[in-house]
Amino acid sequence: MIRRLCAAIFFSALFLPLPSLAEEKSRVTIASPWEVSSFDTAVSGFAIQALEIMENLVDADETGALQPGLATAWSASDDGLTWTFQLRDGVTFHDGTAFDSAAAAQSLTRSWQKPGVLAKAPVTGVSAKGDAVVFTLERPFAALPAILAHATTIIQAPSALDADGQPSALIGTGPFKVERFTPPQSIDLLRNDSYWGAVPKIPAASYLAAGRAETRALLAESGDADMVFTLDPSGFARLENVDSVKTLAVPIPRVVTLKVNAAHRFFSDPRARQALSLAINRDGIATAITRFPEAAAGQLFPPALSGWHDPSLPRLGYDVEAAKGLLAELGWTAGDDGILVKDGERFSILLRTFPDRPELPLMAAALQDQWREIGVELQVSVASYSEIPAGHQDGTLHVALYARNYALTPDPIGTVLQDFGPGGGDWGAMGWENTEVADALTAISATGDQALRSKDIAKVARILHDELPVIPIVWYQHTVAVASGLQGVVIDPLQRSYGLSKLSWSE
Amino acid sequence: MTTARPFLTILAQRALQALIVAFIVGIVSFAMMQALPGDAAYRIAAGRYGYDMMDAAAAEAVRVELGLDRHWIVQLFDWLGALAQFDLGRSLVYGSPVIDEISVQLGYSLLLAAGAVIASLLIAVPVGIAAGLKPGGLVDRVTLAISIFVRAIPAFALGVVLVLAFAVQLKLFPVAGFRGLEHLVLPSLTLGLGLAAVSNRVVRDAVADAMAAEWQLFARTKGLSARLSVLRHVLRNASLPVVTYVGVQMAYLIEGVVIVETVFAWPGIGHALVHAIFARDVAMVQGTALTLGLIYVALNLVIDLACRGIDPRTRSA
Repeated sequence: MIRRLCAAIFFSALFLPLPSLAEEKSRVTIASPWEVSSFDTAVSGFAIQALEIMENLVDADETGALQPGLATAWSASDDGLTWTFQLRDGVTFHDGTAFDSAAAAQSLTRSWQKPGVLAKAPVTGVSAKGDAVVFTLERPFAALPAILAHATTIIQAPSALDADGQPSALIGTGPFKVERFTPPQSIDLLRNDSYWGAVPKIPAASYLAAGRAETRALLAESGDADMVFTLDPSGFARLENVDSVKTLAVPIPRVVTLKVNAAHRFFSDPRARQALSLAINRDGIATAITRFPEAAAGQLFPPALSGWHDPSLPRLGYDVEAAKGLLAELGWTAGDDGILVKDGERFSILLRTFPDRPELPLMAAALQDQWREIGVELQVSVASYSEIPAGHQDGTLHVALYARNYALTPDPIGTVLQDFGPGGGDWGAMGWENTEVADALTAISATGDQALRSKDIAKVARILHDELPVIPIVWYQHTVAVASGLQGVVIDPLQRSYGLSKLSWSE
Repeated sequence: MTTARPFLTILAQRALQALIVAFIVGIVSFAMMQALPGDAAYRIAAGRYGYDMMDAAAAEAVRVELGLDRHWIVQLFDWLGALAQFDLGRSLVYGSPVIDEISVQLGYSLLLAAGAVIASLLIAVPVGIAAGLKPGGLVDRVTLAISIFVRAIPAFALGVVLVLAFAVQLKLFPVAGFRGLEHLVLPSLTLGLGLAAVSNRVVRDAVADAMAAEWQLFARTKGLSARLSVLRHVLRNASLPVVTYVGVQMAYLIEGVVIVETVFAWPGIGHALVHAIFARDVAMVQGTALTLGLIYVALNLVIDLACRGIDPRTRSA
């Protein structure tokens, strides 16, 4: 009996390892943490754009410089209120239907009516005119072409919408078309052989969303994925020692910042915000948590944000005694338990953050520890990130910790205007107004000429540096593991593209 | 005698049970989603647009689009009315019909669950029988220790260890994803080991009981060989509690599936349910909970019928 059982177990073990399918080394597999669940470009645009399924009227290269996309040229009228985008000829959607101005206008009108960057631009109308698309504006807005390079303004085919007007397919004009979409985990792509531009070298690609960083690191190590994005520090360190994989860390214009409610009586004086900033050991956080010591944020705009980063600004420093001195100036004195007290009220505040970026709760814990040194008691609430805009709107927020991408569009003015313009922003200043900044931002958004802008940009950067309506902590590094055999790898700091169409396998 | 009437009775009972489960699950999941703290419009907007694009304006647009400012009673009756027409509605976050989402994800989850049960049976049955034939023997004690050890490891850690061993080192199976059957092996084994760690003890107890029963002594006394008495009598009697227990294990499976699906990037229903709860996607939560509830009912029916097949006494009653 026992012998028969042993034999049975032995034979079943023999059959367990099914022969792995011989993976033809032509398909490139990408793994990243972001799930793609929707056909809607307003929701999943970032992945549809990065996988080059759909394209924008305006493209951008890795430096953020605008390039012709589905539009070959664009210009504004003399009063700056009408923009005309001349469309490319001879382009077809993946299903063979023609890309024309009617299709482009329909897709852009949908983007304009959905929440997104276009909805926030001062647009009054989108229409098709001959072989061009025309935007009318209520005031001059130089960043419009940059906004048309954003993921939520990609062009989908009219046939991608069902009878109710809901998106029900991923049909675009890009160099890759969708072979199979299994929401939320994967998209399989085939090369679009009738692409209007240079046809990609690789015939097929796959996108796999793997939510856990451990899984992604293992995918890279085993060779199951050829490009793996967003590694955690331990996975990155481990992969640095794996021969079949190259690891890259690219600085990107995303910054971990602390939003401070300047309308709150504790923080209304800039000195209070400066004290909080001086008590943050940025080098410690950058070294221990993100493990990139050079990522400690000396100012808000990171070096990756060329034109906005100002090397002449003094670095935001770490000085506990100076922080204590500033708070003492404001009338705070240490209570029995070391926590500061003023008018019988303890300096006890709540920080809101969220777990979607796993380093944020760790940084919140570090801040809790570091601010205790200066007598500030910090409670941490880790919940949905929607609690941050909600707290901004109802005024209950004290401080919030999050990661902000200042280059959502290749031209950061859109984001900066939203965050620091009049009234502040859900992900920017709260209870803080500065007319100098508001005027400078208006001037910047009216012109695309860097020479005219640079003085105003420097002014904005300096005032934000002194007043600290948001307190920068670390700049982000985009971490990637790439199979050694892949050639033509370009890591886009703006994260607009995975660069699939430029990849090839070395012989 | 005929078996037709009780068989139909079982079916009718379970059909009634299914209706009641559907109604209660629908109401309870709706009530729980309403009771969660936080503004649903903000949570749904967060789920849709991500934190780079989500702000108060997006949340207000969602509130208007979905009619979230209507009284909750109106929203509940809307859903019940649609359900009566077999319409689960559209996902509040993704905009796609809930039925489409569930039918894809449920297929993957059922595949994974079936793989897990098969893996657990392949492990638990031989191990349990070997242990049960000689209770207190060496095999029994060693397998008990291993079972405790395996059950104590969280499914997440077990999954990563299996991937490191079989995918990264031995390169036998892929790490994650679902391109072919070979992708099913490691997640099934992760779940199956956890299941087998308990169920091999159930098999062992059942076999030990059967071996000690008087009818077993009788079977040997009347001249059956040890092998034949085990095959004909012990296994049949021992299988009743085991089959029932496999049904009970579905609870562990649903819980384990959530973790394992996330580790192995498997597009299943458990993973989807967790995401739907975070994003306050009421339509998806209700649809998913309803589906899982009905699966429990169906599973109970299958277990009942299997037990009837194994045990003739339940048929003549």
